[in-house]
Amino acid sequence: MREMLKLFMAVFVFSCLSGGVLAAIQNVTRDRIEYQQLKFVKGPTIKQIMEGCTNDPLIDRLKLVDEGRDLHFFLGKFESKPDAVAFETFGKGFGGVMGVIVGIDIKTDKIIGVGVTTHSETPGVGSRAKTDPKFTAQFEGVSIKEPFKVKADGGQIDALTGATISSRGVCGAVVEAAEIYQKLKPTLIEMMRHKKG
Amino acid sequence: MAKTAVQEFTKGLWAEIPPFRLVLGLCPTLAVTKSVENGIGMGVATTFVLVCSNILISLLRNTIPKKVRIACYIVVIATFVTVVELVMQAFAYPLFLKLGIFIPLIVVNCIVLGRAEAFASKNGVLASLADGLGIGVGFTLSLTALAIVREVLGNGTFYNIPLFGPSFEPFSFMVQAPGAFVCLGLMLCMMNILGKK
Repeated sequence: MREMLKLFMAVFVFSCLSGGVLAAIQNVTRDRIEYQQLKFVKGPTIKQIMEGCTNDPLIDRLKLVDEGRDLHFFLGKFESKPDAVAFETFGKGFGGVMGVIVGIDIKTDKIIGVGVTTHSETPGVGSRAKTDPKFTAQFEGVSIKEPFKVKADGGQIDALTGATISSRGVCGAVVEAAEIYQKLKPTLIEMMRHKKG
Repeated sequence: MAKTAVQEFTKGLWAEIPPFRLVLGLCPTLAVTKSVENGIGMGVATTFVLVCSNILISLLRNTIPKKVRIACYIVVIATFVTVVELVMQAFAYPLFLKLGIFIPLIVVNCIVLGRAEAFASKNGVLASLADGLGIGVGFTLSLTALAIVREVLGNGTFYNIPLFGPSFEPFSFMVQAPGAFVCLGLMLCMMNILGKK
């Protein structure tokens, strides 16, 4: 019995020490890992949307919790143009969930850019939602108050040929982004002012 | 201890070079050697785990009860592997994405546990350090050698730098899974010829 206890204690102590060390290291690296993930997964899309901004939107970001979800807002500063905000929402595509980043101009409430990040759409068909700039360009300059729908559903967006469901997925994500933006805009502006000061 | 640390180190480079002489750790050897970058990354990660676990296990070799030693070794190795995983995510995220599941799989790499059980649990700290370093460097060299052959033939590049003109037709068989087996087999054959006197 005493020997059993000794063996048990040995493994127990080892596991505790290991857990402690890993918790410490995770604590140290957490922010950097979060930044790296943002940089390599969302970074390219954000850069595209925020083209010409004078800061790094990946560093100037705000985190808000909305209905239990973590939302990252990336802020873009422009010299002549007013500030813009970009964040990711999700739409239901043909092959699963599609991540879409929507950039919105804070002064005019108009969309400055839309880009797909992660998706599992059919390569060469639905995947063009990410690769075809003509498709996403349709959203640029449109007020977020518009109902974003594909033409087949009575809206104004030309769907990608043969990929209506993927196009609908992007529209759905943009609609969600518009809703979140309108709901959280006062909080966001408050937080931005706080950050500057 | 008859052998010096230098001898312990050099044996890992030739006499006991892991994939070719011991024929151990073949899973990562076959899976990640599509490019030189991946091969070196995997080799360095494994070396780090080997050296750290060898040192710690050698230090604790009289503390760990014999009956639960394997469980303790696995805890030690898994801890260092998780450290590598976190650090790689924080500082080399693209490499982490490419190596993917093979980083956590270092835990079950039989080279690491094999050295802990066969060497570090019976020898002093300095000898264990030299042993881990030697085996690790040998493993890295093996992966790099295999990766050079596969990347140059299969992709026409070395460390992502194109070697041949645009007229080069890549022998893409070499970067696919069967190519890994064929290439490893031929290299084993060559090592056996060279080793035979």
